[in-house]
Amino acid sequence: MIIKQLSVFLENKTGRLTEMTKILSENHINISAFSIADTADFGIVRCIVSKPEEAIRVLKEKHFSVNITDVVCMIVPHEPGGLYKALKILSDNNVPIEYMYAFAFDNAASVVIRSESNNEVIRVLESNQMKLLKASDIYQI
Amino acid sequence: MIWNEFIETADREKLKEIQNERFVKMIERMYYNVPFYRKKLTEAGIEPGDIKGIDQLKDLPFTVKDDLRDNYPFGLFTVPQNQIVRLHASSGTTGKPTVVGYTKNDLQLWSEVVARSLTMAGVTKEDIIQIAYGYGLFTGGLGLHYGAEKVGASVIPISGGNTKKQLQLMVDFGSTVIACTPSYAAHLGESLVAAGIDRKDIKLRAGIFGAEPWTNELRKQVENLLGIKAFDIYGLSEIIGPGVSMECECQNGMHIYEDHFIPEIIDPKTMEVLPYGELGELVFTTITKEAMPLLRYRTRDLTRLHVEKCDCGRTLVRMEKCMGRSDDMLIIRGVNVFPSQVEAVLLEMSEASPHYQLVVNRENNLDTLEINIEIDDQFWSDEIKTLENLKKRFQHNIASTLGISAKINLVEPNTIARSEGKAKRVIDKRITNSE
Repeated sequence: MIIKQLSVFLENKTGRLTEMTKILSENHINISAFSIADTADFGIVRCIVSKPEEAIRVLKEKHFSVNITDVVCMIVPHEPGGLYKALKILSDNNVPIEYMYAFAFDNAASVVIRSESNNEVIRVLESNQMKLLKASDIYQI
Repeated sequence: MIWNEFIETADREKLKEIQNERFVKMIERMYYNVPFYRKKLTEAGIEPGDIKGIDQLKDLPFTVKDDLRDNYPFGLFTVPQNQIVRLHASSGTTGKPTVVGYTKNDLQLWSEVVARSLTMAGVTKEDIIQIAYGYGLFTGGLGLHYGAEKVGASVIPISGGNTKKQLQLMVDFGSTVIACTPSYAAHLGESLVAAGIDRKDIKLRAGIFGAEPWTNELRKQVENLLGIKAFDIYGLSEIIGPGVSMECECQNGMHIYEDHFIPEIIDPKTMEVLPYGELGELVFTTITKEAMPLLRYRTRDLTRLHVEKCDCGRTLVRMEKCMGRSDDMLIIRGVNVFPSQVEAVLLEMSEASPHYQLVVNRENNLDTLEINIEIDDQFWSDEIKTLENLKKRFQHNIASTLGISAKINLVEPNTIARSEGKAKRVIDKRITNSE
């Protein structure tokens, strides 16, 4: 249930993001989820792509500072209280979250979660009948 | 005005006689009291009896900053500790600072050369001098202080910083002379304008500025802002502190007090002595200092010497403003910084030193230091808080090692320009902006 997320360190400079996505595009790598965490001087791009290993290789070739981070992706109903219900399970079980981002489509929403204890996230969510995406599912979204 | 007319306007032959006599005695003291020098001189095949005068200086071994560090703390002292009455130490060096000691006579000698310097700037006992150099281990504050007292001026030992108070006392006490780093002088000038203080409300007429390189452009700026005449003072703690040389009213180079410090200019590559007028590395031999005399100490400062008599009447050799260094040392806010110190900090925090670059600039007349550090796998994290913490740790460790704060920028790999595979470690925009 672990998903390989791509994390890229970028300085806050015009055009860097465009360059990064260009490289992915040229290598026919699809982006399924995407978020940026930014500070005054730099940002971290986190994304889930169709071919993470290949993405790393091509980005490193172009001197991007990139690594793989393990994350979990769960599916919650696209309705009021959907996210709340899932997060309550995690907090009731004292599972810490480092960061998360989400996207919704049709009837469901996907939530990407990064925790120091990813396996704990998986165990707790599954034992509470929450739906998690498999790596093979999400790379194809 | 000349403080010590006998020496400062002495016939150069007469001066040489004095130098010869003092030099011979100094070599003797070094040889018999400091194992380091005895070994050095012996290796060069020299015994004290061989030395007759300063013409032989060119055949003697050099002393470098590392020698001071290797003999830390008191290994180069020629007198027992109970004769040392003052200790100073250099700021911002990796590991061990360089320590200098002074006997009672050394302090008198120091006061004498600073008194001569202040007199060159027209300072008398009628003046009120605000000393805004740092007091403490740094030689700036206390060095100026005792010289000013010797002249008989009223001293305000305010030390550095606290600009608001500086301006208040400048107005209330009616300071006529200010001594500080040139960049701080410019900052004071701008703060004066910003505070809306009328030039008529201050009585400043002269400034004595040193401890960092500055351009003639900055001199004009400071002179305009504060309505003063700005004088350049030169010194380094190893030799004595401020007061090794000073500019007179002709502002045509700084007169070196050759009855105490003998200057030479050498080619830093061949180590050969260069004639007057040629650019090279400045080397000093102290011939009167008791606690820690130095033989042919390499300052790493690049300059020229001129021996023609000055219009002020002084016959002492003049040195030009220093035009750089024969090593990679930077002077930032009066603090000596070597890029290798930054490297040492980075190495302490990591397995392999990442690529880094120092960017020195001057904003609002204060030196700024930014350090760009390339993020590589060993520092990698995709969590903002981890990276921010890393930045803070860099910042803290750099500040505690260098003694000055730096802004840390984490940058992407391969963004620091490399030439022949080696990253360019330093960009000093103060130099390019002012030329």
